[in-house]
Amino acid sequence: MTTRWFGARVQRVEDDRLLRGRGHFTDDIDEGALESCIVRSPYAHARIKSIDVSAARALPGVKAVYLADDLPFGHTDLPILIPHPNLTHGRTQRCLASEVVRYTGEAVAFVVAENRYIAEDAADLVQVEYEPLPVVITPEVSAAAEHLVHDDVPGNVAAEMLQEVGDVKSALAVAPHRKHLHLRFERGAASPMEGRAVWARWSETEHRLTVYDSTQSPTSIRGGLAVLFGLPESDVDVIAPDVGGGFGPKIMLFYPDELLVPFAAMQLGRPVKWTEDRQEHFTAVNQERGQVHEVEVGFDSDGRVLALDVDFIHDGGAYTPYGIILPIITAAQVPGPYHVPNYRVRFRDVYTNAIPTSPYRGAGRPHACFVMERTLDAIAAELGLDRTEVRRRNLIEPDQFPYEVGVMWQDGNQVVYDSGDYPALVNRALEMLGPRPEGDHIGMGLSPYVEGTGVGPYEGAHVQVLVSGKVVAFTGIPNQGQAHATVWAQIVADQLGVDVSDVEVSSGDTRRFPWGVGTFASRAAIMAGNAMAVAAGMVAEKAKHIAAEHLEADPADLELAGGSVRVKGSPDRGIPLAAVAVLSNPMRYAFGGGTEAATQFAAKPRPGPPLPEGEQPGLEATGYFSPVGSAWAAGCHAAYVRVDPKTFRLEILKYVVVHDCGRLINPMVVEGQIEGGVAQGIGGAFYERLAYDADGQLRNASFMEFLMPYATEIPKIEIDHIETPSPLNPLGIKGAGEAGVIPVGAVIASAVEEALGVPITEMPLSPLKLYELAKSRS
Amino acid sequence: MRVNGTVHPAPADPRRLLSDHLRHDLGLTGTHVGCEHGVCGCCTILLDGAPVRSCLILAVQAEGHELTTIEGLAAPGAPLHPVQQAFHECHGLQCGFCTPGFVMSVIGLLAQHPKPTPEQLDEGISGNLCRCTGYASIRRAVQRAAELTQG
Repeated sequence: MTTRWFGARVQRVEDDRLLRGRGHFTDDIDEGALESCIVRSPYAHARIKSIDVSAARALPGVKAVYLADDLPFGHTDLPILIPHPNLTHGRTQRCLASEVVRYTGEAVAFVVAENRYIAEDAADLVQVEYEPLPVVITPEVSAAAEHLVHDDVPGNVAAEMLQEVGDVKSALAVAPHRKHLHLRFERGAASPMEGRAVWARWSETEHRLTVYDSTQSPTSIRGGLAVLFGLPESDVDVIAPDVGGGFGPKIMLFYPDELLVPFAAMQLGRPVKWTEDRQEHFTAVNQERGQVHEVEVGFDSDGRVLALDVDFIHDGGAYTPYGIILPIITAAQVPGPYHVPNYRVRFRDVYTNAIPTSPYRGAGRPHACFVMERTLDAIAAELGLDRTEVRRRNLIEPDQFPYEVGVMWQDGNQVVYDSGDYPALVNRALEMLGPRPEGDHIGMGLSPYVEGTGVGPYEGAHVQVLVSGKVVAFTGIPNQGQAHATVWAQIVADQLGVDVSDVEVSSGDTRRFPWGVGTFASRAAIMAGNAMAVAAGMVAEKAKHIAAEHLEADPADLELAGGSVRVKGSPDRGIPLAAVAVLSNPMRYAFGGGTEAATQFAAKPRPGPPLPEGEQPGLEATGYFSPVGSAWAAGCHAAYVRVDPKTFRLEILKYVVVHDCGRLINPMVVEGQIEGGVAQGIGGAFYERLAYDADGQLRNASFMEFLMPYATEIPKIEIDHIETPSPLNPLGIKGAGEAGVIPVGAVIASAVEEALGVPITEMPLSPLKLYELAKSRS
Repeated sequence: MRVNGTVHPAPADPRRLLSDHLRHDLGLTGTHVGCEHGVCGCCTILLDGAPVRSCLILAVQAEGHELTTIEGLAAPGAPLHPVQQAFHECHGLQCGFCTPGFVMSVIGLLAQHPKPTPEQLDEGISGNLCRCTGYASIRRAVQRAAELTQG
């Protein structure tokens, strides 16, 4: 394999249609579809006393109004996507609530009408009588358990887990210094620009259900729908077309609409679609990051951590459809790039009357990083040491890999860092950050971090050389903007010796590739990238085998280059790949450019059947990749900020990122991922706060009050890379999707603390929060 | 109303939003809807040459006006408009959902400030939200578009 394309700044193949307004997003599909609206609970916790849909059903243009009783699966609890033995009190909602609602926005009724305007009118006519119940809205209130979210869940505790490495109690008892910290992180919202949407059609003649879904995992949705509707999987197609950003919460099994829309389409015999509006996105799409941590650390006089005890509460929301992955990740990632000889971590995942939680870019890690970095800053302050020096003294050294942390990872295996050079990341970040700018109220923040990426279990790919010489490649993982089609084309092009523009990748369509898992956990590049390499490598071998026969050469002497299979060292002795594709089919009445070329290589008589036993027609192959463990990416962010002492406005003077995601497939794409991640981190650190009141109402459920940053809030980000290849996959790559967001809260907290001289123990900050902190200090 | 040079009959439903009319009645689905309350800028189109939010206008209000949507900038197969070309060259888009709105806003910005200063640039795109790029590549794209536009 040559590496002509791998590592190059190849411009994206996806751009043209998106720039021309000819993308294909779920809500772009009409095809005569009925439109729908979901009636949602206005209460965070209430008993449903009655529901009257008569007026809604009577409205002209309304086709159906569904309640739980109208659904064959209406009284079945929805699945828990990732069960876990410690999730002793897992609870999931039903598709439509009929007895109790447990968060504002929980679905109660589903209206289908000729168009969305009528559906929304009819939704307003659905009369639901509620009896409000006491609301449990913060992790602290939930843990106090004065009121219960679920009557049958004692103490509101869904899960509890304790892990220990070494002997924390003894190590704390003899530590020369000890410090206690109380650290709080509030919920955040992923807020992709495209909300969620589902379009479905049932064809009675084909006996086939087709669902377009702005999901991060069409293969899971397909499997779930087939089971729930009693259909063979082969009768269900799920397609994630262009998806307008995901960042985590677009993966679920299921959001109610993912069942309601296909169900209604089957019932009504017409396509049905549902498109979320922005307010619904705020009140009915999973959130994350609400956690409260109690930290006890023991350290020596040089600032080395001797023992770390972290006890935290995870705000799981009203249900646990995603299991307990998030607190498991936090528990695993608190130690980060540091050697912590004695580490004990306990968490409780508690129910609150808020939207359930599931991963949002970073998934448990931004808060884990915040906890560790705040702790190291506290150690530095206590000892009067330089903050960076304290970090250096605790970093895992390059000769310590593979490094076992001693706690459990999200895939059930132990956390083992595969490779890295953490001191090099810190040194380079400091170098790039440069001297401190002149002026008052300026602070510096620095945070290295690690990120477990590319969790399994597997992904697959199918690669085919067409008789035109063009190459098509399919995989199950969908795309939400990460340039998958470009980077996978780079990998395939190198394997097959063709131009990257000759490779067309299609993904997220179960009709083309029915197996796979999904886009999350910074896994697409590692999983599907390596699967593409495997499949394309198989195609290359097959091409050599076929060409060898016709060139009368040894396959080992052949190479794929310049769109041909040719003899190494004799580039004029070759056969175009297009012709090999024709030859690969014993029925050679092929159509396309390769046919003519293939005739000069007309089959020579040989014994046996035209298709030898064990061989398949076509220049194509399906390959899979399944890693033994996660690849651990790492990086270091550093910044200078200035806080205005009067207005408490945050000005980021300089922000640098050094990033190590192993071998870079396309630096341009990785830098785009980092820049976007940092911007989300800055939003989450200083601007975006989900303002729930004590009644469980989200008081800022719009872009007017939930302040996602515009360009005016985001500084220039300077980026550099180091590459420590992962030994766990043939391409040596590590994931990059979430890295940008992870340490931003820790960096901003550290820098603001220095700039203002007030202790920062919570996220997000805001001008108002800083004003209050400064005031309480003076 | 005239949309991308073609005259269309008046919309029948007086309460239909212009964004819905463009997308679902005229099939111009390149104009996206991200918030329906005028903040995100995804639905930005040109009305008589100036950028406007099509989700804040009723279709009937656009009667008698000249509208340009993203589809009107370059015919299928034809070279991209300089602003579209600049977004491509500078990796100014990831998921592409906010992109049509940004492109229309940048056309408006460059009409006003052919060589925008950094402040004018940020101000000019500060009516559009992007959740993927962190804006750095969009800033580069605007600068490149200014170069391409001036030839």
